Amino acid sequence: MTVQTRIIFAICYIILAPFVIGLLDGFDRKVSARMQGRKGPSVLQPFYDLKKLFEKEFLTANKAQLFMVKSYLCFILLSGVLFFAGFDLLMVVFSLSTAAMFLVLASTSTHSPYSSQGTHRELVQMMACEPMELLVAVGFYLAMGTFKVSEIAVNSKLGVMYLPGFLVGFIFILTIKFRKSPFDISTSHHAHQEVIKGVTAEMVGKEYAYVTLAEWYENAILYGIIGLFFINSNPLSIIGVVVAILCVWFLEILIDNTSARVKWQLMLKLAWGVTIVAAGMNLFLLEMIKG
Amino acid sequence: MEMLVTALICLPFLWAILPAVLKVTKVRSFFVYLGCAIVMALSVTTAVLWFAQGSQTLDFNLPFNGVFDEIVLFGDLFLMCLITYLCFKWKKAIISLLAIVQTLFVAGLEFFATAPEETLTIHIDYLTIIMILIIGVVGSLIGIYAVGYMHGYHIHHHKELPDHRSFFLAMIFVFFGAMFGLVTAQSLIWIYFFWEITSVTSFLLIGYTHSQEAIDNSFKALWMNLLGGCGIAVAIGIGYLSLNTVNLYKIIDLAIAHHTNMLYLIPIAFLAFAALTKSAQFPFSGWLLGAMVAPTPSSALLHSATMVKAGVYMLIRISTAMADNYVGNMVALVGGFTFLAASCLAISVSDGKKVLAYSTISNLGLIVACAGAGYEETIWAAVFLVIFHAVTKSMLFQCVGAIENTTGSRDVEDMQGLISLFPKLACVLMIGIAGMFLAPFGMLISKWAALKSFIDEKSVLVSTLMVLFVCFGSATTMFYWTKWMSKILGQSGKEKSRDLTKNNEYVSMFFHAAMMVLLILGFPWLSNNVLKPLTYDMFSTVKQVISYENITIMIVLLVGVFVIPFINYLFSKNQKGKQVITYMGGANAGDNFNFVSATGDPKQMHISNFYMEDIMGEKKLFTPSLIISTVIIVVYLIMVVGGAF
Repeated sequence: MTVQTRIIFAICYIILAPFVIGLLDGFDRKVSARMQGRKGPSVLQPFYDLKKLFEKEFLTANKAQLFMVKSYLCFILLSGVLFFAGFDLLMVVFSLSTAAMFLVLASTSTHSPYSSQGTHRELVQMMACEPMELLVAVGFYLAMGTFKVSEIAVNSKLGVMYLPGFLVGFIFILTIKFRKSPFDISTSHHAHQEVIKGVTAEMVGKEYAYVTLAEWYENAILYGIIGLFFINSNPLSIIGVVVAILCVWFLEILIDNTSARVKWQLMLKLAWGVTIVAAGMNLFLLEMIKG
Repeated sequence: MEMLVTALICLPFLWAILPAVLKVTKVRSFFVYLGCAIVMALSVTTAVLWFAQGSQTLDFNLPFNGVFDEIVLFGDLFLMCLITYLCFKWKKAIISLLAIVQTLFVAGLEFFATAPEETLTIHIDYLTIIMILIIGVVGSLIGIYAVGYMHGYHIHHHKELPDHRSFFLAMIFVFFGAMFGLVTAQSLIWIYFFWEITSVTSFLLIGYTHSQEAIDNSFKALWMNLLGGCGIAVAIGIGYLSLNTVNLYKIIDLAIAHHTNMLYLIPIAFLAFAALTKSAQFPFSGWLLGAMVAPTPSSALLHSATMVKAGVYMLIRISTAMADNYVGNMVALVGGFTFLAASCLAISVSDGKKVLAYSTISNLGLIVACAGAGYEETIWAAVFLVIFHAVTKSMLFQCVGAIENTTGSRDVEDMQGLISLFPKLACVLMIGIAGMFLAPFGMLISKWAALKSFIDEKSVLVSTLMVLFVCFGSATTMFYWTKWMSKILGQSGKEKSRDLTKNNEYVSMFFHAAMMVLLILGFPWLSNNVLKPLTYDMFSTVKQVISYENITIMIVLLVGVFVIPFINYLFSKNQKGKQVITYMGGANAGDNFNFVSATGDPKQMHISNFYMEDIMGEKKLFTPSLIISTVIIVVYLIMVVGGAF
């Protein structure tokens, strides 16, 4: 890939990601509503929500929170740029976990019992997901011989052929990452699951808007990683990528609407268990084949 | 150079007499400062001179070499008598057996067996120089810190304890001398002698307070380290009886040249075993955890610049002989396992020093695993981690010690809102914690290199396990550091109080912080001019371990971590906003720190971190970890020894 295309990809990410993911979120609400026998809001509702949040009066329990929330958004953006400009996948994962740390610090800076509870659950969620995220990078390195996203994307091999276990494990932790039931432990998109908004409990107005925006940008990276499993040097593979992403998107909605929240202990055990079994086995077999 | 190295080894031993005999606090403090300054100056001069002379690997003899040989022999016997006496004094006679058997064995070989070929005694190369700098600079700073800390310790906090400061400060200098000897010596007999000195001094430092707990822990440290000493004794025995050399470098060369013959691997295996005990890997982690009972400077000394670094130094030294064989697999597995297990255990403890202790063990696990893999990338990463860890951990221990002296507690739970109470201490602590795990700092670069080379490791099983260990270990590492950080940056309802930290403690801590920032900024230089030549010396190939692109990303992340929050801070500083109190279901008692209780009175609210004792608790994980790691070591040792006969 040339430098120009990589720059274009990065710029496209910064401009388009919120629109695409926001729209997916809007359709998500629509589909969820239909599953529950409701009509559901307009597909543009997420954007209306975001606009309204930005216009609200700025209330805060600790002023330091705002700059940490902004830093969280910036770091997510940085990780996304690293990913879509085709840099090292492992670095993207490291950068994402640094970003998450800012969210944690923002939320605990208020000395609020509810956000503190949410934060620690968020930490558990991060701990549950991180091994799998790192392993995905490892898997691509084993299969393609490189950590670089730009080289993985134009490889002649199709990632999913070599890394089915990694894909299963990654889709599993996506439920946690997208804050979908049954693993929406630190905060939830559903009012009936969550009395107080967990890790975002003390974030009001524009602070919450920034967090929502950051979440969209992060989801774009995660969908991008799903896409990486299905892309190769053949331009037609783009169709496969889109189909795969939509399938995963629908699957997550289905899981979200058919399960009830579990305790964090169970989440941690399940996430690690699936990681070890699915990704671990796949890793072992790949190493065997490689010799 | 000969004179400098002689001075490095001998001067601290002789200087130790000064604080031991001087009883006037002021005069003694002056001589400790002077001694530390001289040691630091000597080590820096040695390094600079060596660089200036073209950084060639040097082998030479000390002046009066024969005298040193005699000193080593009688020193061994003296240490044996000392250990035996102390064991009987404290009614732990059984431990003295370990010392008597191995010392008599080594001394017997020296007296009766045919002498192996004579070789030069001192070896200087990149690794040696790095170790000398770490011991000299970081160690001396701890010495400076110790003067102020021990003053506060005895005068303000522990008036009930007998004041043995003279002894304590003297022991620190003995430690320096032993460490300098250990990293420069070629002969295993010399290494064995210095090794035993560090074991005995750490034993004496841990038992400093003479409380029952201190005595128990110090003897635990003693027997574990003596067991490690046995490992070296076995290696010496094989060197005498079948290899006709006790030169460490010869033994390594022999093991590489005859990599199919297990006999040559046995000394390497036992040296690795000794190094595992010294670097506190599972199942020998107990002694380092017990070392917490000692005053903070000795913890800082044991955890960062000396003692545990002796273990990893040995492993890095012999790593070329461990690439892709049983010994390497053993070391890598034990290290990787320790990395994961210790970081899990660190989640469940709230005592600040204990968290640091577990994180030391965990970090050393990663270094040990890197050394065990024995590739250029991993050695590169291991040495880098050694440097980084020494500086960071020393700073963290000093900071937690200062916090304890000031607030009266070192529990993480009591550090709520430290940033508003003691901003200077909190900043040092934050820099240290960031250095231990955050994206652009030392750990990350090493983790990247380690992961990459573990994937390339030849043995499929080891490779898979190691990758899993590193991935899971880094997730758990992130957990315990982040929750500590969030405590410090929280809000506090407490009144500000006076910072009791002494100036010399701050001097040492700020110096560390500056060193760390320099290390991060100078990382590309360090990689090109120190680490790459080092790996070239060991492997004779040049490899760009980490691509320029990734170095750029590191620098971007590094700048990002400082600049992004700073810019955001500037932009949101003047943000108009309405100050509100946090949500407590309507039960706020006027502020964020109190709530209206069931009786209608305001009550203080405590926010506590997650400790996951049911999942990660010491009761649950410690014993299984001991068993698993013991099995790994025993199985591999049997394979090596069994393969030879």
